Amino acid sequence: MSEPRLHGNDLTLAYDERVISRELSVSIPDGSFTVIVGPNACGKSTLLRALARMLKPSAGAVHLDGQLITQYSTKEAARRLGLLPQSSIAPEGITVADLVSRGRYPHQRLFRQWSAADTAAVAEAMANTGITDLRHRQVDELSGGQRQRVWLAMVLAQQTPILLLDEPTTFLDIAHQIEVLDLCHDLHVSHGRTLVAVLHDLNHACRYATHLIAMRDGEIVAEGAPAAIVDETLVRDVFGLACRIIDDPETGTPLVIPAARQPVGAS
Amino acid sequence: MTAPTTPAATRRRLAVAPTDLSPTGYVLRAPGELSVRFDRRVVLMCGLLVAVLIAVFVTSLAVGDFTISPGDVIRTLFGNPTDPLADFIVNGRRLPRVLVAFLVGGALGASGAVFQSLSRNPLGSPDVIGFTSGASAGAVFVILVTGGSMLQVAGGAVAGGLATAVAVYLLAYKRGVQGFRLILVGIAAGAMLTSAVHYMLMRAELIQAASAQVWLTGSLNTRAWDHVVAVGIGVAVVVPLLAVLSRPMRLIEMGDDAATGLGGNAERTRLGMLIAATVLAAIAVAAAGPIAFIALSAPHLARRLTGASGAAVGAAALMGAVLLGASDLVAQWVLPTPLPVGVVTVCIGGLYLVWLLAREGRRNHV
Repeated sequence: MSEPRLHGNDLTLAYDERVISRELSVSIPDGSFTVIVGPNACGKSTLLRALARMLKPSAGAVHLDGQLITQYSTKEAARRLGLLPQSSIAPEGITVADLVSRGRYPHQRLFRQWSAADTAAVAEAMANTGITDLRHRQVDELSGGQRQRVWLAMVLAQQTPILLLDEPTTFLDIAHQIEVLDLCHDLHVSHGRTLVAVLHDLNHACRYATHLIAMRDGEIVAEGAPAAIVDETLVRDVFGLACRIIDDPETGTPLVIPAARQPVGAS
Repeated sequence: MTAPTTPAATRRRLAVAPTDLSPTGYVLRAPGELSVRFDRRVVLMCGLLVAVLIAVFVTSLAVGDFTISPGDVIRTLFGNPTDPLADFIVNGRRLPRVLVAFLVGGALGASGAVFQSLSRNPLGSPDVIGFTSGASAGAVFVILVTGGSMLQVAGGAVAGGLATAVAVYLLAYKRGVQGFRLILVGIAAGAMLTSAVHYMLMRAELIQAASAQVWLTGSLNTRAWDHVVAVGIGVAVVVPLLAVLSRPMRLIEMGDDAATGLGGNAERTRLGMLIAATVLAAIAVAAAGPIAFIALSAPHLARRLTGASGAAVGAAALMGAVLLGASDLVAQWVLPTPLPVGVVTVCIGGLYLVWLLAREGRRNHV
């Protein structure tokens, strides 16, 4: 099998002196919906940031399409790989369509600021995220769920084959979380894009991921299809949580049921 | 909404079309896939500002101890002076002064817009974050130590402004420069430099201290053609840099991660913005002294007028030029005694700041 489009080799990831991960190697299967899970501060967002070239590894390298990711110009890299950051700032008074149109930046130049392809990409991104009717509204006025769809549309307008999403469901209520994840699922299935997302909810991860990466203390503990790797032992190892695993009645994927409160290991 | 038919649309293959991204968003297309996006309201408001600018320009040339009719002003400007005295007064005295006012005001407005975008804070202007103080300290040092020709004072101001910018940038640097750190470090640097200026003034001879004090107020008196040329060259060098930076600048307003994800280079863009804005502020101070509040208020007023999201550097420059040109008219002719223009801008700026704080306070309470 040829090597995947996006992978990192022997990554050492650190903020200043604080080392998060040592000699971490990771491969993102092409065409997968990969979800990275793990307890707080396990280094999952750090890994995503390194894959998205937001964080320069202290050692090791990230490869994209057979080259070091740092060898691409910033715009060329942004035409191949898109990122939805955890938090972004909407400029005051900007309209939805205008914000989505900023996703076209890597395809534009100083005197080629708006092409027919740009119009089409923005219209498609807004249609896919169901925000076409909101296009002339100001982003400041929208609800949290709507705003998250606008940011997602911006990254979609970038039209990259690979998309990295850093906790796309944080701050959303359960209905909006499912809505965003369904949207990601559709993008993955019908558009054939490779998605990598950091998620908090293990059950969401099991339901939507085709490839799961479980991390703890900066290391990858297990990876593979959710049904193949998620069991009571893994959840205890990774999250320190006693639980039972049943089949999700909707999808047949693993469903984690935390054990009712009693001293762990008492019985 | 249909596209307005502009003269450009009927000419050779230039076309204007709405982008449908915002109700006022349009794109101008030219042969060879060239295209430029613009906002109709921004263009209209900039046109309005240019009209006001022309009115201020003609008034500045006409009004004075020796009043010249607007018709004669225009004839004199185009090389058909009605009498030699009018020629001397308009072309020799008033024209360079009003041009310096426009260039300095424009430079301050643009510089303020860039700094506010950089720090994501309406208070992030060069006079608040210490760069103007640095330029003042440099200039006062030159005035007191060497006596200083106009050119040397200007050199001292530029050197002081740039040195302060470098120091603030390095002190604020921590895995890149964040807007809030930049403001705090800048305010601290500004406070230290201001006390350095006071110290130098206390130690100076009375006459020199007096001349330094006049310079510190900010004045357009006795500004002549060499000032116009010097400021003009500086502005001409920085404007193309700003034009190139304007698009990546809008990206980093969304946060560094979003900007990097979209293919911008946040750190390099920020460094370019810092250099451009510092150079603009420094040459403005070098030419006219530390004129206060234009850099603070012009960008904000411009943004309110144009309804633009984020920094509107061009509109802020025009607004700065209008503000300083009009302030100089007020300073010279409206008040019983002529005052340095810096006194007028401080009064306008003070009122503006009160209004800004009241408005922010109200918004935070609602």
